[in-house]
Amino acid sequence: MLLVVNTAAVVKMSVELDVFVGNTTIMDKEVYQLWLNGYTVSDAVKVRMEGGVMEECEASADVLLSDTMDQFRTFQMCERLLQNPAKLANQLLFQIPPDRQAMLIERYYAFDDAFVREVLGKKLSKGTKKDLDDVSAKTGITLKSCRRQFDNFKRVFKVVEELKGPLVENIKQHFLLPDPLARDYAAIVFFANNRFETGKKKLQYLTFHDFAFCAGQLINNWTVGAVDNMVEDMDVDLDKEFLQDLKDLKILIADKDLLDQHKSLVCVALRGKTKVFNEMEANFKNLSRGLVNIAAKLTNPKDVRDFFIDLIEKFIEPCRSDRWTATDVNLYLTHYTNSAHILDSFKHQTVWTRYMGVIKSCILRMYHE
Amino acid sequence: MPGKLKAKIVAGRHLPVMDRASDLTDAFVEVKFGNTTFKTDVCPKSLNPQWNSEWFKFEVDDEDLQDEPLQITVLDHDTYSANDAIGKVYIDIDPLLCSEAATVISGWFPIYDTIHGIRGEINVLVKVDLFNDLNRFRQSSCGVKFFCTMSIPRCFRAMVIHGFVEELVVNEDPEYQWIDRIRTPRASNEARQRLISLMSGELQRKIGLKVLEMGGNAVVGYLQCFDLEGESGLVVRAIGTACTLDKISSTCPAAVVPNLSNSSPSKDMKEAVFGEEAPGVPLSSGPPTPLRAQTFSSFSPSKSYSRQSSSSDTELSLTPKTGMGSGGSAGKEAGPLKALLRQQTQSALEQREFPFFTLTGFPVGFLLHVGGVVSARSVKLLDRIHNPDEPETRDAWWEEIRQEIKSHAKALGCHAVVGYSESTSICEEVCILSASGTAAILSSRFMQDGALDTEHRFEDTAPPACGFCHIPYDELNMPFPAQLTYCHCCRRHKVPDVLFTTIDVPTEASITGKGCLIQARLCRTKKKAQGEGNATAISNLLPFLEYELHTQLLNKLKLRGMNALFGLRVQISVGDTMLLGLASATGVYLTALPSPGGIQIAGKTPSDLTYEQHVSNMQKKINDTIAKNKELYEISPPEWVEEVIGSPIPESRQRSRIFRSHSESSDEVLELDLSHGKKDAFVLEIDDTDAIEDIHSLLTDAPTPPGFYSCNTEIMPGIYNWTSSLQMFTSVRVFRLSNANLTNQGLNKIFNDLCENLLKSLYFKLRSMVPCCLCHVNFIVAVPEDELIQVAVTAVAMSLDKDQTQENGRQSGDKTLMKAITENEEQLQFPLELSAECPSNPLSSAKGLSEVSGPLPSARDRCSSWIEQIRLKAHTIRRGSIKTTSSLEKSSPLPDSRSRSLRSNRSCPSSSVAVVKMTPLSFLPGTKIIKYLGIINMFFIRETTSLREEGGVSGFLHSFIAEVFAMVRAHVAALGGNAVVSYSMKECVFMENPNKNQAQCLINVSGDAVIFIRESELEATPSQTQSGNVQTSSNGEGT
Repeated sequence: MLLVVNTAAVVKMSVELDVFVGNTTIMDKEVYQLWLNGYTVSDAVKVRMEGGVMEECEASADVLLSDTMDQFRTFQMCERLLQNPAKLANQLLFQIPPDRQAMLIERYYAFDDAFVREVLGKKLSKGTKKDLDDVSAKTGITLKSCRRQFDNFKRVFKVVEELKGPLVENIKQHFLLPDPLARDYAAIVFFANNRFETGKKKLQYLTFHDFAFCAGQLINNWTVGAVDNMVEDMDVDLDKEFLQDLKDLKILIADKDLLDQHKSLVCVALRGKTKVFNEMEANFKNLSRGLVNIAAKLTNPKDVRDFFIDLIEKFIEPCRSDRWTATDVNLYLTHYTNSAHILDSFKHQTVWTRYMGVIKSCILRMYHE
Repeated sequence: MPGKLKAKIVAGRHLPVMDRASDLTDAFVEVKFGNTTFKTDVCPKSLNPQWNSEWFKFEVDDEDLQDEPLQITVLDHDTYSANDAIGKVYIDIDPLLCSEAATVISGWFPIYDTIHGIRGEINVLVKVDLFNDLNRFRQSSCGVKFFCTMSIPRCFRAMVIHGFVEELVVNEDPEYQWIDRIRTPRASNEARQRLISLMSGELQRKIGLKVLEMGGNAVVGYLQCFDLEGESGLVVRAIGTACTLDKISSTCPAAVVPNLSNSSPSKDMKEAVFGEEAPGVPLSSGPPTPLRAQTFSSFSPSKSYSRQSSSSDTELSLTPKTGMGSGGSAGKEAGPLKALLRQQTQSALEQREFPFFTLTGFPVGFLLHVGGVVSARSVKLLDRIHNPDEPETRDAWWEEIRQEIKSHAKALGCHAVVGYSESTSICEEVCILSASGTAAILSSRFMQDGALDTEHRFEDTAPPACGFCHIPYDELNMPFPAQLTYCHCCRRHKVPDVLFTTIDVPTEASITGKGCLIQARLCRTKKKAQGEGNATAISNLLPFLEYELHTQLLNKLKLRGMNALFGLRVQISVGDTMLLGLASATGVYLTALPSPGGIQIAGKTPSDLTYEQHVSNMQKKINDTIAKNKELYEISPPEWVEEVIGSPIPESRQRSRIFRSHSESSDEVLELDLSHGKKDAFVLEIDDTDAIEDIHSLLTDAPTPPGFYSCNTEIMPGIYNWTSSLQMFTSVRVFRLSNANLTNQGLNKIFNDLCENLLKSLYFKLRSMVPCCLCHVNFIVAVPEDELIQVAVTAVAMSLDKDQTQENGRQSGDKTLMKAITENEEQLQFPLELSAECPSNPLSSAKGLSEVSGPLPSARDRCSSWIEQIRLKAHTIRRGSIKTTSSLEKSSPLPDSRSRSLRSNRSCPSSSVAVVKMTPLSFLPGTKIIKYLGIINMFFIRETTSLREEGGVSGFLHSFIAEVFAMVRAHVAALGGNAVVSYSMKECVFMENPNKNQAQCLINVSGDAVIFIRESELEATPSQTQSGNVQTSSNGEGT
């Protein structure tokens, strides 16, 4: 079909069309980052001009604009492929060297810590997406970038949700991400799935990496996958049997003798080794009750969500108000855990180890002095 | 039943979702060839279907095999309504028809839809079983190889170069048929794609037949174009050079490379006896006498001239430095022989209707002299093609143009035209036909079966490197006034002050410094008119346009301190209200030619003081620019030294000049003013504002940024440190002009800025490749609509090795290394061939070179266009004598062996898609082409009715070009290749209607699919390479 040509007068001369296509797709890392950050073309041009490319290459603003538009267009065309990274490797449209492909994917799936802290543990739903403009306003990250990051979380979540096998491996395989990034995504998926509360004021001081560390601990020790590695959702859902078993730990605080015995064992071990011994002795029962109660309540999904806030309120805050150092906490938790093994009447050693191992490393990570 | 075509559909992937309800597709495939169609089963509910079909077999004539493409259609099965087409793949099976090309086509092809673009991929296997056909009246020409490459392809040797072949076929354009009103855009586009594919096949078959008739087995420099004449039809035409090629049997190249410099026979640079024109006759300063009698008598025809006799002549020769009388006598002696030889070659060539060659690069020794550019244009009114089977009108048009070209060449004293090409520009019913080439005198060596003379050729010496610069025409009867000087290399023969050509820089040419891309750009307004009035207006404008382009080129050349242009390509594009002219070429400083004088500005009214001031300011600027350019391009020819001491070509070896028998002139020899340093430079008169404008525009050309070089020839003369890293690209820009701005000057500026800015953008884009050279920069300009100017550039950026200093590249007298490093890679890799190839004195191999007659008395009157322009120009611009220099001492270190500069940039093997390199050049640096798999000639249409959604015009065209690249790569990969060489985008027709949210684009690309291996690998595994090309190629080299 031949088009009927419209000859409406245009007032000034303008570039109507401007494209550059290389046999090997040319992509500038710096421009890619600007695009990922959600800049408009004109903002990106401004940033580039300030960056001094122009002087370096004797280019004019027009040249920079043309280049930026062209690259933004290329990225847009690639975006469809980036959302399904496995496709990028065997599509025919763009000839991109493998190392470039890896760079494109890694950067596309990279996220801002400030952003992820806002949505960590939230349901990856349309509702959350609608609130992204608030997140954008709060973090100073462009809405466009927020949406990309949110969609990435959601996409990864959806894909791995239905897969068998280890979470991190699945993410690596389906999204071709490097190991550290895949682990971060595993944490995000894990948090989103269990809806852990991370937004409360008391939790604000924790960074994403604190949470990601804890998520790693939980995934490795408390999920179904920790015992059986060939079930669906093995790394996403907590091991229900284990949670049930945790109720048995209540004996440690319910049985008065046991509680006293435990306390004395710990105190013997700690005496003279710390400056806050008195505080430890005074607080022992409180702290122990706190930790065991957390364990006992984990069968209830609502309490799972409050896991981190509970750790703070029941353990970290009291210690901090007594000015324990991280070493003190470590010392205390080590003896607290080990002493329970010596208690004759305490029969739940395996569950206790599985529980306390995670609690200890989480608390240590979360304990910022 | 001469052939059986077999196809198997294996699988699909990444198919689009065709059923919204299930988010899946029920795909099946139709395989069609001619009128036969097969279908696969439906593969239900899958976006990655596995069909694994049986072999579909088509029993067909080989005529059909050549004409028809295999058509594969992927459809979505729909129980209740009509099946929806997902897209198509057209596979040209021509490569399978040559025994030496590909044997199987197998791979993933993008499924293409003219409305939606690429929609997934399909894996297909295609084979052909050919039966020998003994029918001598056959219509097919299976087995004739086609090459887009403009020189003898790398792994072949030319046995005979037969000459020009051309053909055109016409048809109605489906888009203008009545049925188009009722069918869908998709159906219309597909009908067009299919028709052009069929016509290309037919054209190729017909050309193949002509080649077989001539006794050849290949077409080199195959140029196919189509003209969309709108209502009046569709023309597909092609030209090429018929050759008999012989595959070079593989030797072990690794062992040989180091010996190269020693073993080369051409190192011993001797003057060829008969390669030379006879200068020494005075330059007549007045207007050339048209009555100059040409008295050639061919006596002593039976005398056998061997090299021995020539060397004895040499001993007899007198020192030519003193010139005049002595030279004359020697010349008389040898004159008849030369005349005889030339006459014989000439007659061989003259038997041909058109002694044209589309090649731009030649085997060493083929090109003897270059006369200059010849071009012809004609403006025609299109009428409907009534009978497609009789394309006489179009044939007659081209015939006319070719005759003109031929007569122009004759006027330049040449018997052949090389670097020949043809083009059209169409605007509604007006069509400009253009042809251009370089008038030349060729050696007869490749004219007949040269294989018989191999023995003799070994004895021959190569012609002098400067030979091609020597004037072929009779200097007493020059077709145009020009300043002649003695050649600065051999100092024996006359050379012009500037040389324009359409060919690549000959490998043997000696170049001082580096070259650069030079463009002349021009825009002229034209009144809107209809029919004949329009055609007349255009033909009236054309001479001025050409003249101004030529002046601009010459000025820009001088401004860069250079004296020759290669690869000259002048494009004239016609629109409703304007004419666009773009001339691109690569400027170089030929060592053999005199140094160009400066540019002097002369004010017309010297009374005004401020004006004087202005003029002198401008003069200063120009002088500064020239000085700067000389530095930039490293043009520092040594001063002409009077005493010829240590000349690379010892005096004694030089053969004395051969005079033509112009008895009346030989006594009044006027030596050119060689020794005087006074340079009465090139004068530009500023007599009006236009001239000032012109000078300004001269100075506005921004120099290439540091680290960049650019040229429109294959490679940049003076650069040798290529790496294997390259990037081919296409860039398109469309400018919309305002109505108010339509003065000539305004237009010029816009057009000039458009081109300059485009170049700047390219440099910026490619800055990460620095140091690099943009090679084969090819601009296509068009006026798609009233106020639109479209410029499309295709080029390749090639990185240079940073570690090797530029200085290394400078070449001294040893031409062999340079040759090896630059173009004749085949020689680099096949030293045995080198020895067979280099000694190419025409004396023994040819029966004789016959004297070409000087310009016929009437020739000057018949010279039109180009030559006329040059004459015109010469009247306007006073040329003074020119400071002369020579390059007796071109002392600089030899370039390092190029292999050292090869970084093996092997791409990671992890990629699942084979990397296919693309380049407009005929080779890939650092690699050896081991097999040509066949020609790629593809035509695509893309249309959209949702322009905004696809990212506007830029988004639309961007994805289309990317898709075209992807389809080319996929076809090459399926043939088993890993690169396309001599790639070019012949056509990019873009139309838009943003108000209707529509756009349409047609793209035609071509190239040669090849398998290359890296030289580094060659060295590593010499034994494997030796074992034969078939094995090596089947390994696929699928990096």
